[in-house]
Amino acid sequence: MNRKTTTLFALMVVIALVLGACGSPTPADSGDTAPIVETVVVTVEVPAAAPAPLPVPPAGYGVTLATVLERGVLICGVNSQVPGFGYIGADGSFSGFDVDYCRALAAAIFGDSTKVEFRAVTAAERFTALQSGEIDVLSRNTTWSTVRDTELGGNFVHTTFYDGQGMMVPTSLGATTLADLEGGTICVQTGTTTELNLADVMAAEGISYTPAVFEDADSTFAAYAEGRCDAVTTDKSGLISRRTVLANPAEHVIMDVTMSKEPLGPMVRHGDDQWFDIAQWTVFALISAEEFGITSANVADAKAAPASPEVSRLLGNEGDLGLKLGLSNDWAYNIIAQVGNYAEVYNRNLGPDTPTYIPRGLNSLYTDGGLLYAPPFR
Amino acid sequence: MATTNPQTAKIPVWRDERILKWIAQIAFTVTIIFFAELIFSNMAEGLSQQGTKLGFSFLQGAAGFDIAETLIEFSRSSTYWQAFLVGLYNTLLVSIVGIIFSTILGVILGVARLSTNLLVRWLSAAYLELMRNLSLLVFLIFWYLGVFLKLPRVKEAIIWPGEIYLSNRGIVFPWGLPTETASTYRTILLVAVLAAAGVGFVLHQRGKRTGKSPLTLLWSFGVFALIALAGWFFLPTAPYMLEFPYVDGLRIAGGKTFTPEFMALASGLTLYTAAFIGEVVRAGIQAVSRGQVEAARAIGLNGFQTLRLVIFPQALQVIVPPLTSQYLNLTKNSSLAIAVGYADLFYVSNTILNQSGRAVEMITLVMLTYLTFSLLTSLFMNWYNQRILLVER
Repeated sequence: MNRKTTTLFALMVVIALVLGACGSPTPADSGDTAPIVETVVVTVEVPAAAPAPLPVPPAGYGVTLATVLERGVLICGVNSQVPGFGYIGADGSFSGFDVDYCRALAAAIFGDSTKVEFRAVTAAERFTALQSGEIDVLSRNTTWSTVRDTELGGNFVHTTFYDGQGMMVPTSLGATTLADLEGGTICVQTGTTTELNLADVMAAEGISYTPAVFEDADSTFAAYAEGRCDAVTTDKSGLISRRTVLANPAEHVIMDVTMSKEPLGPMVRHGDDQWFDIAQWTVFALISAEEFGITSANVADAKAAPASPEVSRLLGNEGDLGLKLGLSNDWAYNIIAQVGNYAEVYNRNLGPDTPTYIPRGLNSLYTDGGLLYAPPFR
Repeated sequence: MATTNPQTAKIPVWRDERILKWIAQIAFTVTIIFFAELIFSNMAEGLSQQGTKLGFSFLQGAAGFDIAETLIEFSRSSTYWQAFLVGLYNTLLVSIVGIIFSTILGVILGVARLSTNLLVRWLSAAYLELMRNLSLLVFLIFWYLGVFLKLPRVKEAIIWPGEIYLSNRGIVFPWGLPTETASTYRTILLVAVLAAAGVGFVLHQRGKRTGKSPLTLLWSFGVFALIALAGWFFLPTAPYMLEFPYVDGLRIAGGKTFTPEFMALASGLTLYTAAFIGEVVRAGIQAVSRGQVEAARAIGLNGFQTLRLVIFPQALQVIVPPLTSQYLNLTKNSSLAIAVGYADLFYVSNTILNQSGRAVEMITLVMLTYLTFSLLTSLFMNWYNQRILLVER
């Protein structure tokens, strides 16, 4: 017994030492020390010249693309519980707006949109999965925020869906404003920005409430359906999508309040700027294709007879934009031919013919009064 | 004088068992250190590539989220560390409640399992078999979704006699609201406890000396109750005012609320662990030889006295070590709280991990905390086991 106690104490001491060792050399603010240097853009500025002697690329540059190419398949972290964005169908196949982005990225890299493996990750585990390299890219209705862009070790690629946080209540409750929820219980999912926004907004408006917090979307909405809470909150797109799978959608109403800005988009790891560029320009290719009126149906014609020099550059007839990204020159052609443009992806998953219909609103081209605006391809 | 023992002098180094054992141990240690170093440096490299560094200073940052059930003051502007403490206390609460009730139920089940009454024995056996062969996670979700969330909504809450409200927002009891004399009364209670302990000690010593049973417990309790009651009526205003729950808009206000999450976790853990404790108790009782019982009967002890004075003191030695494991299991199993949304240590840490992105630090902290819980529990139980060991002469 005595000896056992001694062993136990020895173990504790060892652990304490290890802990002390990794705790001590930490500066007060680790956010300032990120060694990311934006040097890559230089090559894009001088397209005609032969590749000048490049500065030494930062650690990690090009690693992800090399790994993905060697593996022969892209691993994409997606949602599996939100119809329209990321959902596993009855046959085990993934579908949704965020899922199609992964297909577009695979088409850009391999010229084959099927070379992608989907990993369903929860809100709670998504950043760890990205940090640890378990997934190459995270495309899971994730809100762009400062902490996530810095401390969580990731970079947001671009906003693919402009959203806002909403609140859903049973119609029978008769609540129309947040103040009607005074004293109520509100279901929310852990590890999300909505959890934080809820606390912010309710504190700002001086409404007292009790949070009921759950691990994933399924258990959050199951508890809501059981009446554990008076209201449930998440991004409006999520509410619209989840309402379709409630037992009786007509008995629930999404309140006319917007509690926050929720720009959703894909995210990649810090430290590999080439990969960041590929992920970003895949988004731009989708948006530009819609702007130029190129669809999966007419892309072959557009390539044969480009309407403008920029279309020509986009589809790889002219210049070497694809090569500069480390891809083949017909990367954008492959995206559009196999996955479609932004509008096609949107309508397939969230359009008027789907149960998860969300009006395009802010997610229209800037020419139609929306926020979608891609930089020029040159 | 090596020459006096020529045999050992001849053994070459590579065949000397003592030296070989040393070498093996050193090699083993070096391998362990090597792997630990490999894992650690790999992690450090990965983190530095993303520009993050290990450290616990982030715990001083503002949490930004709300927690429903807290034993201490907490709001969205509290720190991550305070959030962690909220989880820690909630884990302690549910573990202690679980340990107390599962022990009581477990002892009853264990004794009932050996009862001479057929019905009692079979009921107990059926319960033990059912519980031991269920998955705890499934059982918890059953209690949560199948029982506590199936209670009616706030407006149609069931009201039990004594103003106990049952709804799917929890079970609400009338509760004492402290008045201005409450702190004085707490001092009086402390005095009462000390006095009761003193009386108990004196009586216990006398009982040992005279060999007579002095009803120690009864006297101690009497002293405590007397002082407590006298204090209550002596104070100018009553120290606690009974507050009854009532429906207030969307919630039930007043009283003390036990949320469905807490109820599901506490009842699930208790009922599940009680089955295992029941088996441990049964094994302990059966380990006491039949002759002891017969001897106890022969000197005129009745059934309860036999159990209390002869069987349990001997059975305890067999019971305590596996019982310790059950207590540890219960504490560790409480991390399944995350499935029913109870804000325990693991659940809150998971939220912190998500909001701050500090996976390595938070997981380390959680592991160390559970390790500390377990080690403290084992130390206490080992001390207790040592104390109850029969002194054999």
